[in-house]
Amino acid sequence: MIGWLLALLQTLLFIASAPLLAGWIKRLKCGLENRAAPPVWQPYRDLARLFGKNVVVADTTSWLFRLAPYVIFGAAVLAASVVPLVATHLPTSAIADVIVLVAFFALARFFQALAALDAGTAFGGMGASREMTIASLAEPAMLLVVFTFAVTANTTNLSTAVDHTLGGGFVLRPSFIFIALALLMVAVAETGRIPVDNPATHLELTMIHEAMVLEYSGRHLALIEWANQTKLMIYGVLFVDLFIPWGIAYEISAANVAIGAAAVAAKLAFLGLVLAISETVMAKLRLFRVPGYLGFAFMLGFLGMLSHVILEVG
Amino acid sequence: MQSLDFLPLYDQGILVLAALVLFTSFALLGQTRMFGLITVFAWQGGLLAATTALVAYSTGQRHLYVSAALTLGLKALFIPWMLKRFVIRLGIRHEVEVLGRHALVLIAGAALVVFSYYVALPIVRLSTLVTRNAIAVSLAIVLLSMLLMITRRQALSQVVGFMAIENGLFFAAVVSTFGMPMVVELGIAFDVLVAAVLFGVFFFQLRDTIDSLDVDRLSRLTENVD
Amino acid sequence: MNALNLTLVLPAAGAVALGVVGDRPFAALVNVAVSAATLVASVALALGVLETGPATSPGRLLYIDAFNVYLVLLTAFVGLTTAIFSRPYMAHERERGRVGPRTMRLYHSMYQGFLFTMLLALTSNNLGVLWVALEAATLATVLLVSLYRTPEAVEAAWKYFILCGVGIAQALFGTVLLYFAQERLVGIAPSSALLWQEMYAAAGYLDPTVLVLAFAFLLIGYGTKVGLVPLHNWLPDAHSEGPTPMSAVLSGLLLNVALYAVVRVKMIVDGSLAAHSDQYNPQLAGHLLMGFGLLSFSVASLFLHRQHDVKRLFSYSSIEHMGLMTFAFGVGGPLATFGALLHMTVHSLTKSAIFVTVGHAAQIAGTQTMDHIRGLIRTQPSVGWGLLIATAAIAGFPPFGVFTSEFLLLTATMQSWPWLTVPLLIGLGVAFAGLFRHLQPMVYGEPTENMTAVRVNMTPVAVHLALVLWLGLAIPAFLAGWFDTATRLITGSGLL
Repeated sequence: MIGWLLALLQTLLFIASAPLLAGWIKRLKCGLENRAAPPVWQPYRDLARLFGKNVVVADTTSWLFRLAPYVIFGAAVLAASVVPLVATHLPTSAIADVIVLVAFFALARFFQALAALDAGTAFGGMGASREMTIASLAEPAMLLVVFTFAVTANTTNLSTAVDHTLGGGFVLRPSFIFIALALLMVAVAETGRIPVDNPATHLELTMIHEAMVLEYSGRHLALIEWANQTKLMIYGVLFVDLFIPWGIAYEISAANVAIGAAAVAAKLAFLGLVLAISETVMAKLRLFRVPGYLGFAFMLGFLGMLSHVILEVG
Repeated sequence: MQSLDFLPLYDQGILVLAALVLFTSFALLGQTRMFGLITVFAWQGGLLAATTALVAYSTGQRHLYVSAALTLGLKALFIPWMLKRFVIRLGIRHEVEVLGRHALVLIAGAALVVFSYYVALPIVRLSTLVTRNAIAVSLAIVLLSMLLMITRRQALSQVVGFMAIENGLFFAAVVSTFGMPMVVELGIAFDVLVAAVLFGVFFFQLRDTIDSLDVDRLSRLTENVD
Repeated sequence: MNALNLTLVLPAAGAVALGVVGDRPFAALVNVAVSAATLVASVALALGVLETGPATSPGRLLYIDAFNVYLVLLTAFVGLTTAIFSRPYMAHERERGRVGPRTMRLYHSMYQGFLFTMLLALTSNNLGVLWVALEAATLATVLLVSLYRTPEAVEAAWKYFILCGVGIAQALFGTVLLYFAQERLVGIAPSSALLWQEMYAAAGYLDPTVLVLAFAFLLIGYGTKVGLVPLHNWLPDAHSEGPTPMSAVLSGLLLNVALYAVVRVKMIVDGSLAAHSDQYNPQLAGHLLMGFGLLSFSVASLFLHRQHDVKRLFSYSSIEHMGLMTFAFGVGGPLATFGALLHMTVHSLTKSAIFVTVGHAAQIAGTQTMDHIRGLIRTQPSVGWGLLIATAAIAGFPPFGVFTSEFLLLTATMQSWPWLTVPLLIGLGVAFAGLFRHLQPMVYGEPTENMTAVRVNMTPVAVHLALVLWLGLAIPAFLAGWFDTATRLITGSGLL
């Protein structure tokens, strides 16, 4: 019983702190660009504002358009419940499979693309096709990362994998270095950050993700924005769980959970800093160069797999 | 038969550095600018020197420190400096080499890595050294450098590939036998140095005779001359 | 300083000295003098080996036995005669303006440097030093191939550099594998693990899998320098574009040294495979050599017909003969090996004589294209006769030495591989036809206007051809003894 309660609390904490992470990254970017930054809780205020507004729905859309934001947000919440944030041995850890995670994201992306097409505008179609192209190239790289990791940890279950890493002490693996870099690159592509997509752009012809949500307003837009922020946090927590899981609560007790929360907060803050710096330093790639970028991520994943087979197995 | 988990930390570090050297070989395949090629090659030399030093520390073989210093000085510092000077004097600094079929070359590289793993498998099974898993990596570096030479048209890119082959051979000697006898190592280093100098002379001879460094233009001596 | 060290020190010192004074008028004489001194030292060395048998230098770095002593003698001798030939030849080239003073310095000092690296490769006991010396031989000659700075010469030198460099890199990997196999044996000090003597003695204990892999790499690596098809592409270009003295020593000497390296390694691999004959075919190395040798022989004899440049024609003839020698070493057995050792000697003498003659012919005609060389016998009879006799010798006419060695090889092939004599005979016939088809108009035929007589010194050619004739009719006892001892070393049983 306690376990289920804790799982529910962990999920709520997850989706509640996702806008905080987005605000932290925004603040860091503004600081790096020498601009005045909004406060860290600004995304909460934006979400509250959007929830209070009227929804404007185009006449040319169908029921899918109104359903999609809920499906997207629901998938994000389910994904958040699957990834261990502060503790590992919770009842939800049975479904904490990385491939299930990838499937949740695919579900969300599917509905997002359909909804974009549903409005019948040119920008919606353009954004949907671009998003699908990037996703189809990023999926193999992501799966290679997952497979290479699974071969080492002998499982695709995130909870068991974290236990395996914690139990093995500090091991320096060449394959992990490659797939960590590949995962970062794939995460950037999937969450629509620079250098694949600029989240702050207002030029429609350069949009990928923003083009898909151009028609949304009010609570629909709020749900989609929140789902996006949750997705970014999920990728961050996934990276932390796979490669630097030390500090997560192994046994459930108040002290352990507090330590786990503090640890993951610190790591996410650091990852946010890394993302902010890379976004400031790099420029957005032209669209026809994104396949090259994702091919590089795939090659890194493949190198990780090769390193595992050649160097790590006795 | 030992998997990575049971090795001490320094030996894990050696394998990590070996993987990074393999990564630089792939990075060489993707570089289009002359300076980029030379910089990645210099990094490869530096990583090799670091690996050798780590092996020397971990296994107590003192002469490997000398080899590491030699590699660092020659492959990571002197030869890249010399090549960069050639690039500037030949005026090809801003040339970009068009890579046809980029993805195909990378796939061929991955296939070569798998091939070298299978070729080296009997040797790895026989070896008792802690670095034995990296023997396949060293052969892969040699083959990837040959792939680099085959797919390039600029003379300087081919020379970088040639030097990278020597890098792979040095690495093979280090990980399979903890380095060759010093007299042989010095002889090989001397040969590499002389080869680099001679290549420099050749760049100028090539440019003087065919007015470019595009090796595909060397086609006067064939069997089809009628 | 004993004869062995002197044989190496002299050319090295000569290289340094000629690097300073190589453009003076007396430089060619210095070149000849240093080569003559090297020959004297190698004769002394040979006499020493005759008296006391195999010798090792104090540091165990150098080793002389019956297999390499006659090669050392041959290298020094051909080096001397080519240096004698080179004096008027390069003087003529200098008059024509094809070379300048700096180029002459480079030429003379690299000539001696090249001889030094070849002698080091021949006498080295350490397989790593052997590799270093062969790579250094490539480096020493690369600038000489492009000496004339024409586009063709630079292209030939670039191909030579890249192809031989990459090939030799494979050989280094093979050497590393050999070191790996040897080092694992108990009781071997790492510093002496690369010594050929140690490896030959311990061959039965070395792991056959590693040795087979090493032999594959070493065959491809050193085989590139031997000119085995399909790794031969650099050879016709490099041998035809450089100055003729370089063609003579490259064809006559360097190919021999590379084949010597292959056979030395084969001796170790054979020992290991014989001890593990349950896992591997003991003849594996021999079969590989036979395959490559037969392929090179056949392809080269066909290519002979297509040539338009006289030096390229004889370069392909070199590939053909090296293929024949490789095939002979691959067949194994005392008869074939004796024949191969004899063939190494006579081919070297004949081919260098041919290139000397061809060099003079090219100077007479002003071009290397065979279509423009006509009526040599009318224009300058000594050169015409020399070319005719030398080509007859290389094509295998009795009673020259090449006929004897080819006869031994055919007999050995008929004993162990009867069906393979058919391609051998066909190839010999094809090569004969190719050579004489091009030779006939060059030697006979109406002289064209561009043919002008030049001052030539055909004494080296005459001496070489006389030696080849002598070796064909009656091999001197000491030489036959060396060949027999070497055959015993290589195959385990002697002929005599």
